[in-house]
Amino acid sequence: MWSRSRGRGVKKQAKFGIGIGVIVVSLGCLAWLGYGESKTYYHTITELQTLRGAELSHRIRVGGTVAPGSIHRFTGRVDFVLEGEGKSLPVSYVGSDPLPDTFIDKSQALVEGRETDGRFVAEVVQAKCASKYEAAPGGTVATPSTATR
Amino acid sequence: MDVFGSFALILAFICAVYAFGGGIAAILTRHPLLIKSTRQAGIATCCLIFIATFSLEYLFFSDNFSAAYVVSHSNRALATFYKIAALWAGQEGSLLFWSFLLSIYVFSVLIAYRNKNGELMPYVGVILAGVQIFFLTLNNFVASPFKALAVPGANGAMDLVARADGNGLTPLLQYPEMVIHPPNLYSGYTGFTIPFAFALAALLARYPGEKWIHLTRKWTMIAWGFQTAGILLGAHWAYAVLGWGGYWGWDPVENASLLPWLTGTAFLHSVMMQEKRGMMKVWNVWLVFTTFLLCIMGTFLTRSGVVSSVHAFAQSSIGSWFVGFLAIIFAVCLVAYFKNRDYLKSENQLDAIVSRESSFLFNNLILLVSCIAVLSGTLFPVLSEALSGSKISVGAPFFNKVNIPIGLLLLFLTGVGPLLAWRKTSAESLRRNFAGPLIIGVLGGTVIFALGYRETYSLICFSLCFFVTATIVMEFYRGAKVIRVRSGASYLTSAIELTLRNTRRYGGYIVHMGMVLIFIGLAGAAFNQNVQKEMQPGSSMQLGKYKLVLQSFDSKPEANYTGLRLNVEVFVNNKPLMMLYPERRIFETNGETGTMVAIYSTLREDLYVVYAGQSPDTKLPVIHAYLNPLVKWIWFGGVVVVFGTLVALLPNRRAVLVLSGAKQPAAEPLVHGMTPSVTYREGHD
Repeated sequence: MWSRSRGRGVKKQAKFGIGIGVIVVSLGCLAWLGYGESKTYYHTITELQTLRGAELSHRIRVGGTVAPGSIHRFTGRVDFVLEGEGKSLPVSYVGSDPLPDTFIDKSQALVEGRETDGRFVAEVVQAKCASKYEAAPGGTVATPSTATR
Repeated sequence: MDVFGSFALILAFICAVYAFGGGIAAILTRHPLLIKSTRQAGIATCCLIFIATFSLEYLFFSDNFSAAYVVSHSNRALATFYKIAALWAGQEGSLLFWSFLLSIYVFSVLIAYRNKNGELMPYVGVILAGVQIFFLTLNNFVASPFKALAVPGANGAMDLVARADGNGLTPLLQYPEMVIHPPNLYSGYTGFTIPFAFALAALLARYPGEKWIHLTRKWTMIAWGFQTAGILLGAHWAYAVLGWGGYWGWDPVENASLLPWLTGTAFLHSVMMQEKRGMMKVWNVWLVFTTFLLCIMGTFLTRSGVVSSVHAFAQSSIGSWFVGFLAIIFAVCLVAYFKNRDYLKSENQLDAIVSRESSFLFNNLILLVSCIAVLSGTLFPVLSEALSGSKISVGAPFFNKVNIPIGLLLLFLTGVGPLLAWRKTSAESLRRNFAGPLIIGVLGGTVIFALGYRETYSLICFSLCFFVTATIVMEFYRGAKVIRVRSGASYLTSAIELTLRNTRRYGGYIVHMGMVLIFIGLAGAAFNQNVQKEMQPGSSMQLGKYKLVLQSFDSKPEANYTGLRLNVEVFVNNKPLMMLYPERRIFETNGETGTMVAIYSTLREDLYVVYAGQSPDTKLPVIHAYLNPLVKWIWFGGVVVVFGTLVALLPNRRAVLVLSGAKQPAAEPLVHGMTPSVTYREGHD
């Protein structure tokens, strides 16, 4: 009697195991597909200039500060220059969404796209919301000098 | 007032340290006076944090521009309404606001249970004080909101100065929802501290039974309700303010708010297994621990920017504090668990695959898989760099591919779960409960298909929404019918009476109905359309059935900004429908711009019009218009979810029983020797 009920318990656990396994494996496959579709390599401006061969064909995300006075709007694209670690990167934004309101001179921005002939062609531009993120000490977000009274 | 606030924060820190250290001593010695004094120290900590928070608000209201935080986030012209919101506009104020909201919970718990649960409360007090110490450390020593404005003086020392006016509040926050969204979300984050404290306390104290779950049920629901409202208000803010036509972009900060919501939702369901069957005890304790850890992690992700800018992390002092705190909490939870895990032994096992228990189990599993997927996707840049040296991020396709099927599975379980019996459900019961809803689901899906909506996931989603709605309506109908037979009242009155008699169960159904409405709205996203066009006055664009004609554009100076406004007339079938006024605001103090989207919202669709900017060549305005079907259902669903949560929080109304004469002796004497023919009890069968 005891062994029969135990046997039933094991069978039930096996059924649960199979059900859970099917769900997890299916979702894992979907996650893998999604990963393949959307993976983006994060590089600094300096690293970008050292990329070679297949690395350049990846979708790339680069962060930096928008150089003052570099934003120029043209029909169908917006050009600007990102600066970081003493280097600069000319960027053309060709995406269809309007640029975020926080995208202004000296703002911290992340661009996503690919490098083509020395110019970064971005499909996505994100500008950091200054209220949400702490600027790195010594960063470019202007904050008043402070001292504890 | 800034000195006053600083002083209050320091005193609060000292009181919290005493509540923590003294609390541990009280647990060890069981000395009644020590227990009382540490509890009062906990209450004093909260009061001092209240004082500090009000002091900072006073600095905003009095335009005190000698305080650096006020200078950074306010200006004289800022509307009073937004001076309240300026409190959480930056790092320092947000962290103080975290402490403030946590203190409201801690204060309420310490007062409400001051004469109850004597065995448990000293542990709870110590844990809560421990969490408060962490945030007060940040408030006092890492990110003080009371720093004075200073500039380098002639002799190299810093001179205190006062400015005539401040930098102003970032335009993105100058929106009514921003005044209510962060308090809601933060109330969710902080609220989960209470069930965490009780769960850990019960484990440490080996507190018998499921009492900690009963004690924390309301607190968990309050936190969950706030978290839900906060997430949806945030989504609405993103939709109405950011001007990109969407409400959810799988941004790290959005994900951070979703993570504890997922585990919190799993916990709200799995506790029923423990209450009803004495199962899942280890799971529940770890779900609460995980939820709290994710709340802290959410605050860490939001405040540190670790994911969006990996490089900022190493230099950000706040990030390392959070990592340290997360490690300490995890270690404490782990030690408490291994020390007392025999206390969490399950009393029962699963009896059958088709049962209420298994539906909860699958619900939990799916929510957890979703949580792991969102967490790993969010932290992917950090994880991939640690593992492979390459920083790789994943985007919306990754999150959507995993979470859309998960959402649909959850929606299915929302309909199925409540109708399954505990232990085992018979085939006859399955047929009786599900035949009707299944037919309605299939018919509904067929109608939607016939109407031309043929995107697979959306079609499945609409069918499931019909199915779940039918199961919920059936549950209300069955219960109301019983009451109606006895009382003779209408179905509506009977359904209200039914809900009030078992608020937890029927409030839960209302929450489920709200989720159905949200899913209807989400399914509509598959059919979004948009068009962008440079327009001159008199020209038009067509989007769906709407024709948009730009009548004129103008510029209007306001107190705090200059508004560039488009006057767009909307026609349907060449008949004028209404005027829309999309706007761009230029803020004088910091040169930032703000987008004011014009939305014409109906249950069928939203016409969403954005002033996207001026053409660089012609200087003509560019309009980006979106047609987003069914979005309104999401916000309406959110209101229903919050309403359902409030209903579930109500105490059960005792049934006014129609008493019938007893044919057998009552077990205990009742009024007039009668015994009820029906027994009502609190529960969630």
